[in-house]
Amino acid sequence: MELDPDDVFRDEDDDPDNDFYQEREASKDLVVYLVDASPKMFQLTSLQENQEEETHFHVAVSCIAQALKTQIINRSYDEVAICFFNTREKKNLQDLNGVYVFNVAEREDLDRPTARLIKEFDCIEESFTKEIGSQCGILSGSRDNSLYNALWVAQALLRKGSAKTADKRILMFTNEDDPFGSMKGITKIDMTRTTLQRAKDAQDLGISIELLPLSRPDEEFNVSLFYSDLLGLEGDDLTQFLPSVGERFEDMKDQLRKRMFRKRKVRRITFSISNGITIELNSYALIRPTVPGAITWLDSVTNVPLTTERSFLCADTGALLQEPAKRFHAYKNENIKFSVEELSEIKRVSTGQLCLLGFKPLTCLKDYHNLRPSTFVFPSDEEVIGSTCIFIALHRSMLRLKRFAVAFYGSSTRPQLVALVAQDEIITASGQVEPPGMHMIYLPYSDDIRQIEELHSDVNSMIPRATDDQINKATALMKRIDLKDFSVCQFANPALQRHYAVLQALALDEDEMPEIKDETAPDEEGLARPGVVNALEEFKNTIFGENYDDGNEFETNGKVSEASKKRKAIAENAAKECASYDWSDLADNGKLKDLTVVELKYYLSAHNLPLAGKKEALINRILVHMGK
Amino acid sequence: MARNKEALVLLLDVGRFMHNNLPEIEKVCSMLVQKKLIYSKNDEVGVVLFGTEDTDNELTNEVGGYEHVVVLRHIKVVDGDVVEALQKLPRGTVAGDLYVESPTSLLGALRTRNISPVTVYRGHLEISSQLKIKVWVYKKTSEEKFPTLKKYSDKAPPTDKFATHEIKVDYEYKSIEDSGKIVPPEQRIKGYRYGPQVVPISSAEWDAVKFKPEKSVKLLGFTDVSNIMRHYYMKDVSIFIAEPGNPKAILAVSALVRAMKEMNKVAILRCVWRQGQGNVVIGVLTPNVSEKDSVPDSFYFNVLPFAEDVREFQFPSFSNFSSWQPNEQQQEAADNLVKMFDLAPAGKEEVLPPEFTPNPVLERFYRHLELKSKNPDAPVPPLDETLKRITIPDPEVLSQCKFVIDEFRRCFELKENPKLKKSRKRAYEIEAFNSIENPSAVKVEKIGDLTPVQDFEAMMSRRDNSEWVNKAIKEMKNKTFDLVENSFVGDTYQKALECLVSLRKGCILEQEPKQFNDFLRHLCKFCQEKDLNTFCELLASKGVTLISKNEAIDSDVTDDEAKSFLVKIEPKHEQREQ
Repeated sequence: MELDPDDVFRDEDDDPDNDFYQEREASKDLVVYLVDASPKMFQLTSLQENQEEETHFHVAVSCIAQALKTQIINRSYDEVAICFFNTREKKNLQDLNGVYVFNVAEREDLDRPTARLIKEFDCIEESFTKEIGSQCGILSGSRDNSLYNALWVAQALLRKGSAKTADKRILMFTNEDDPFGSMKGITKIDMTRTTLQRAKDAQDLGISIELLPLSRPDEEFNVSLFYSDLLGLEGDDLTQFLPSVGERFEDMKDQLRKRMFRKRKVRRITFSISNGITIELNSYALIRPTVPGAITWLDSVTNVPLTTERSFLCADTGALLQEPAKRFHAYKNENIKFSVEELSEIKRVSTGQLCLLGFKPLTCLKDYHNLRPSTFVFPSDEEVIGSTCIFIALHRSMLRLKRFAVAFYGSSTRPQLVALVAQDEIITASGQVEPPGMHMIYLPYSDDIRQIEELHSDVNSMIPRATDDQINKATALMKRIDLKDFSVCQFANPALQRHYAVLQALALDEDEMPEIKDETAPDEEGLARPGVVNALEEFKNTIFGENYDDGNEFETNGKVSEASKKRKAIAENAAKECASYDWSDLADNGKLKDLTVVELKYYLSAHNLPLAGKKEALINRILVHMGK
Repeated sequence: MARNKEALVLLLDVGRFMHNNLPEIEKVCSMLVQKKLIYSKNDEVGVVLFGTEDTDNELTNEVGGYEHVVVLRHIKVVDGDVVEALQKLPRGTVAGDLYVESPTSLLGALRTRNISPVTVYRGHLEISSQLKIKVWVYKKTSEEKFPTLKKYSDKAPPTDKFATHEIKVDYEYKSIEDSGKIVPPEQRIKGYRYGPQVVPISSAEWDAVKFKPEKSVKLLGFTDVSNIMRHYYMKDVSIFIAEPGNPKAILAVSALVRAMKEMNKVAILRCVWRQGQGNVVIGVLTPNVSEKDSVPDSFYFNVLPFAEDVREFQFPSFSNFSSWQPNEQQQEAADNLVKMFDLAPAGKEEVLPPEFTPNPVLERFYRHLELKSKNPDAPVPPLDETLKRITIPDPEVLSQCKFVIDEFRRCFELKENPKLKKSRKRAYEIEAFNSIENPSAVKVEKIGDLTPVQDFEAMMSRRDNSEWVNKAIKEMKNKTFDLVENSFVGDTYQKALECLVSLRKGCILEQEPKQFNDFLRHLCKFCQEKDLNTFCELLASKGVTLISKNEAIDSDVTDDEAKSFLVKIEPKHEQREQ
C-alpha cells in the first residue's frame, strides 16, 4: 500500500492550508557564528569535581552543530556562516591574519546549511588541529589584532541582503573576558579603541553583536572588563547579563542553545479587558508540531523541480474557467449559492481583538478542553504604555487565586473561545525553563465535544468498579514505574530524525542508511527489575485472578461484533464471486480494465490485498500479485 | 452503506408561563431541524405541543383524555415545512412547567449532528509485556469545521435541469525550462527538501528506509501531574475506555484511574494507532473518574510535543521591569477583578461552559443558509443576541461587577506611546470595538455648550468619515476661543482650560500638532493684546503648553521651546504690570 509520508504524519484533521501552522517568516536571520579558537578554549575544564572534562571549544561547536540541524528540520531560510578566530591558518576574503571562515563545496560562505556542511562540521574537532590550528592572535609586541580582524570579516560576510528584510547578527563564543589583558600602555588603549570602533561601525550598519560567554567555575567571565563596552550594555542590561556557568556542561549547552535562536513573534494582539482598557500583547508560537517538509515533484530524468498548474473545469460543459467567485451548498434539494465575500462576512463575528469575558477557577478547565497547540502571550509597551503593568497585576492575581481568564479571540480564520492560563517563571541551573506569561488555550465548542462516555454507559447493569485493594495494588505499581524526572519534550521524534538522517545520507550519495535510536521505546530493562515484576504480578492477580491468559482472548459475552460479522460475510462473498472469473486470462488479454471496481475488489478481498486506490492502482496490484 | 437513522419527537410546552421563552425555543428547534436537513437528511421529526388551548391528537380521539395536546406534525422525514412550522409556534393559554436554562446554553446543548463515533484504536494498552489491558480509543474532541462548499459553475445552460454546477480542478505538472511541456505521471519523482537541496526518492525506495513502528500502545511510566503543564497539550483529545463487555479490563482501568486520581499521577504513553503509520505519538493519560454508576471509568489522552516541536525562546523576568511593578492598590484592584468578574459563581450555573457553548460562526452559517433558501439574495444576518454572549462580555455579568471594573480602570493608567504614529490605527480598533459594544451610541455632529469635552471626544472618534476629525478640531478651537473671549472675570476660564486640554490630547492622538500649536500661539497673543493675561497664567500653572516633537513627531517645536513658551509670555505680562 502506498502511503504518502505527509499524510501519515498529519492526522486527518490537520488542515495544511491553516495559517495557524504555517508561520510566515517575515524576515530571515543572517548569522555569523564567531568562535574563539585560542589555546585557552582548548583547555580541559571540569565543572564539578569528578565530572566529565570537556573543552569550551567542544561546547561551542556542538551547540552550533545542533543549531544547524534544528535549522534544517524547521525548514528555515536563515543563512549562517561559521568563522573561527585566533587560528594558525587564515582563510577569508580580506586575507586577514588569525581568521578562518569554515565552509564546504557548493556553498557560499554565508548561506543556508547544506548536508555537506552539517556532515563535515560534525567532525570539525578531529580535523581542526591539522587544517586550521589554534594560535592566539593578540600578543604583546605585535600589532596583530585577531578580534578586530574577526569582526571585520564577520561584518563583510553580512554585507549580503538588505537590513530591512534580514536580521543580521554576530554570535560570539569566547572564554576570554579580557582579550587585551596581556597588552600594556598606549598599545592596549589603541587596540581597545579600534576594536570597539570596529564593533560600533558594525552595529551602526544594523548588525547586532551578541556574546555567548563561557566561564569556568573558578573564574567567572567578567563582562565589564571589556565586552560591556563592545556590546553597549548599560545599567539594567548589564545586571541581566548571565554568563553561562552551570553545574554541568549540559546546563551550559542548554543556556547557549536557548540564546542562539531569535525570538519571532507571530502577531500583535490587542486585549480588551473592559470598555476603555485595552492593552497590547505579543503572541509567540512556542509549541508547534514539526513535520517533514512537503513533497516537491521533480522530473525524474533531470531532477529539476516541476511547476504545478491548476485549472478549473466546468463539470457540466467542460469549459475552462477562472477561479470561481461563488460557492454552493446543497440544502432542501436546492443549491444555495454564496459569494466568497458573504462567507468571510459570516466568519467575521468580532473585531479581531482578544476580548475578556470573565474568570473561572482552574478546575473548570478540563483535560479534554483542547483542540490545538497553545499560543504564548507576553505584554508589550511599544504602543500602549502601561500594558505591562496591567498584565503583571492580572498575572499575579490569576496565579494566586488559581483562576484563568475566558476570552474570545476573533481571528478571521477561526474565531474561538480561549482560556488564558497564567504561567509563573521557572528557572533552573540550565536557565529559564518556563517564561513568565500566559498561555492561550483554544477551547472546543459544544459542536466539537463528543459524548463517548454516554455511549458506553449501561443503565441496566452495574458497571464494575475497582475495590480498595485493587486500587492499592495499582498505587503500588505506579510507585514502582515512576518517571521522576520526566520532562515534556525530552524525546526526539524518531520518525523525523530518521527522515532527515535518510535525506542527509541520500544528499551525500552514501550507501549506508543511518540507524536512529528510538528514544520513545519503553525501558524494558527497568520493567524487568524484580520489584517492578512483583508489583505487576500482584496487580495482575488482584484484577485478573490466577488464569490471566496474556489478556488476549476474552469472551465478550459470547457476542461477535457486528462489524466483524460483516467483514467475514464480505470476505466469504468475495471468495465465492472471485471464483467465477478467469483472472489469468483477463490479465493476459488486458481485459482487467473492462471490469468494474467492485469486480476487481473481489480478487483483492479474496487474496487479502488492500482495497484502496484508483482503478489503475487496483489493476496494478492484481497484476503484481499474479506475478505478471 | 446503511446509515443509522434517527427518529425524533419534539415535545414542546407552549403554555402560558413559557411565552417569554418561546422565541428562543422557536430559534433553537428550527436550528435543530435545519442541521438535520444538512447532515442527516433521512432523519424523521415529529412535533407535539402541550399547554395549548386546543386538543388535537389521536389518543384523545381513540381513548379520550390527553387534553391540551396538539400534534403539530406527524413523524416523517425532515423538510423545509417543519422549519417553518417551528418558527411560528402557536401560543397556548394553559400552564406548563418546564424549566429552561440560559438561551446560549440551550443552543449549545442541542447535539444536533449525530456523528457515529469511530474508534481510533482497538487493542492492548500494554503496561508491560506481561500485562496488557484491552481498550478502545475514541476521539473525545474533534474540531467541527466550517462546511466545505463546492465551487459553483454557471456555465451550464439554464434549461439543463440535470446540471451539477460543479467544478473539476485539474493539476498539470510542467517543466520549468519548457513551460509548454507537460511531464507525465510516470516521469515524476518525489523530492524532499534538505536545506536548499531537494533530494529525489521514489516511493518504493522511501518505503524501504522510512521509520516503521509496530501498531501498539505502550506505557512508558507514571509521573506527577505537576510535571505536565497544561499548555503542552498539542491536539484534540482522545478517550480510552476499557473494552465494552470485558469486566476484567473495566476493573483494571478502574483501578488505575482511581489510583492515579488519588496519587495525583498521570501516565506517559507511546502510541502507534494503526499498522503502517509512519510515526509514533507520545502523550499523557489523565484519569477520568466516573460519577455515575452506569458509566465506566476512563482516561483522557493528550498528545505531547517532541523536542523538535518546542521553541525555547527566552523572555525577561517580570521582576526586571522595575518601572512596571503594580503598586499595592493596583494589585488589589486586579485581585478583585479576577475574583469578582466571575463566570463560575459558587452555587450558580457556570457561564459559557464549552460543553454548552455553540460555535457562533456555524450557527450564523446555518441561519444564513435557511434565509437564502427562501430568498437567494438574503444578506448575512447580524450576529444574534444569544450568540453575542459568546463574543463579548455578558451585560448582566458586567453590571454585577461594575464597581470592581470601574475601580480597576481608575487604578491603572494607559496611554498611547506618543513616539509611534501607528497609534492612529489602534484608535480605530478601539473605536470599532466600542461601536460593536454600544451600537446605540448617538452620533455626535457638533460641539454643544453643555458638554463640549465629551462632544469633542465623540466627534474625534467617529470613523464614518475622516472629515469629522478636522471638523471637531475646528469647532473645538472656536468653542475654546469663545469661552476665553466672552469670559466675565474669568468665570469660564476653567471650562476653557478643560477644552484646551482635551483639544491638545486629541491633536496628539491624531498627530495634528500644528493645528494645536498655531491655535495656542494665536490664543496667547490674543490674551496679551486684550489684557486677558490671567488665562495665560492659568495655562502656565497647569503646564499646558505647545505640543513638542517628543509628543507628536510632526511638530516643529522642541522640548525646550515648549517649556519656555509660557515662561516667555510671563515676563511680558510682568512688564505690563509695572
